[in-house]
Amino acid sequence: MSNSNPSTLSVPSAAAAPPSGGAAAGKRIVLKAVDSGPPRAAAGGLGQRVGGNWMVLSLFCLLLFLALWQLYSTVGNEKFPGPVVVAEHAWYFLSDPFYDNGPNDQGIGFLVGFSLARLATGFLAGSVVAVVLGVILGLNRTLFKALNPYIQVLRAISPIAWMPLLLYTVQNSGWTALLVVFMASMWPTLANTAFGVNNIKKEYLNVAAILQMPTMSKVFRVILPGAGPAIVAGLRISMGSAWVAIVPAEALLGSLGLGYFVWNEWNNLDIANVIFAILLIGAVGVMLDMLFNRLAKSLAYTD
Amino acid sequence: MKMPLLKVEGVSKYFQDPRSKNEFCVFSDLSLSVKEKEFVAVLGHSGCGKSTLLNIIAGIEKSNGGVVFLDGRQTVKPGLDRMVVFQNFALMPWLSVQGNIKLAVKAAYPEWDKASIKQRVDKYVEMVNLTEARNKKPAELSGGMRQRVGLARAFSVNPRIMLLDEPFAQIDALTRGVIQQELVRMWEETGITIFMVTHDVDEAILLSDRVLLMTPGPGATLAEEITIPFARPRTRDRLVEDPAFFKLRDRIVAFLGHRQAA
Repeated sequence: MSNSNPSTLSVPSAAAAPPSGGAAAGKRIVLKAVDSGPPRAAAGGLGQRVGGNWMVLSLFCLLLFLALWQLYSTVGNEKFPGPVVVAEHAWYFLSDPFYDNGPNDQGIGFLVGFSLARLATGFLAGSVVAVVLGVILGLNRTLFKALNPYIQVLRAISPIAWMPLLLYTVQNSGWTALLVVFMASMWPTLANTAFGVNNIKKEYLNVAAILQMPTMSKVFRVILPGAGPAIVAGLRISMGSAWVAIVPAEALLGSLGLGYFVWNEWNNLDIANVIFAILLIGAVGVMLDMLFNRLAKSLAYTD
Repeated sequence: MKMPLLKVEGVSKYFQDPRSKNEFCVFSDLSLSVKEKEFVAVLGHSGCGKSTLLNIIAGIEKSNGGVVFLDGRQTVKPGLDRMVVFQNFALMPWLSVQGNIKLAVKAAYPEWDKASIKQRVDKYVEMVNLTEARNKKPAELSGGMRQRVGLARAFSVNPRIMLLDEPFAQIDALTRGVIQQELVRMWEETGITIFMVTHDVDEAILLSDRVLLMTPGPGATLAEEITIPFARPRTRDRLVEDPAFFKLRDRIVAFLGHRQAA
């Protein structure tokens, strides 16, 4: 649950502490990691020191990919747009992201905005329900055991599979798209919250009991912060699966957004635009994930 | 005669072995009492059930019979009148030093305004000499500093009695001496009654007014009660110059060792 700060590393106390123990012996001695000096076991990651080489390798992979892609589009399949063509299309969209020529022709910035708004609404609603349920299940083992089989079944169902049923029930494509996102956001958060709450150390709950904390302040001051890292890990996975689900939902429901855009360009047989849309979906997803990485860091704690 | 502050009457605890389903007795029909402002230690081997006894008094473990009275009233739940200082500190790792103390002060005095709470927190942070480290998280502190937070948290809500569960067992020997003196100082300043369990003979003699010797479990009993004769203020240095200290120490060690062998 803890996340060590990668920029610091602790030195084994045997090397640094006075031999007889002393007042400083219990203290963790933390040094700034420096680029020079002998390799030491790093506090986090794979336990290896990583220099700047990964950037070179990463760049090399990108160039290799672009080269293969260019090769395929020049000799393999001439109709397949190469990276340069896609870049031109991307520039066309990105240079004027906010125009509005009626409901079926809007700037890419608006389309991303629609998708994000849909994601935020469905995700927020799903997360609130999931966290509340997760806390209840995490605190009540009997209830958890009783409901766990159903949760396992429900989370195995692709949110897209619900779509026909939802569409039939709510009779509205906008609401259906939101509900799909809602469903996609529920399960990882629910499972992780229940797990995190259930695994809170007994001693923290004992302290809460001795302090006679009322239920609500126990939930907000002890249980939620204690399960915080697990909950955020769940939210992060949920966000990913919601973003994955939103594309087919928009495509199938015709709700304006990135999913709609990619499907519309497929119907136009504009493969360069399809590729641009794919890349854009990936880029937005990465940015969302980075946001959660920040949140995770701010809530992490070390026992 | 004045009513004792804490009275434990005929308390029993049984555990069931999860595999064999055999019940075994940790202790049965155990009784003791602690007077107001007294410092009482229960001394016994690890695993003799003394922590279980403390947890039952605190209300965080259920007994299988017997009654615990505080101020003449039967206790049924954990409460702010019996603050526990845990062997493993039990600090909230996501809260800073002052955050941990504030959590307790807020819980004890929900009607207080922010300024009063802050004043109280600052006072107890200072009492344990952690003013400079007040914004640090427990993971950044040494064991001794963590237990200072644990003590400050317990004292800050002004409980009727403090229950100390081997509070210094995880602290290195040199720091332990310092923090033991701090505990005595706080005990004298606040006049709060202390009930401590420990397996450290020297610690029990150094700190307490009265030591109760607990035989090893299963079926542990409080076999003997010793009133510590040494005048306060006591220091380790002065105690080791007193032949009576070693006599008493040998007697306790012999008692516990003898019981252990039997």
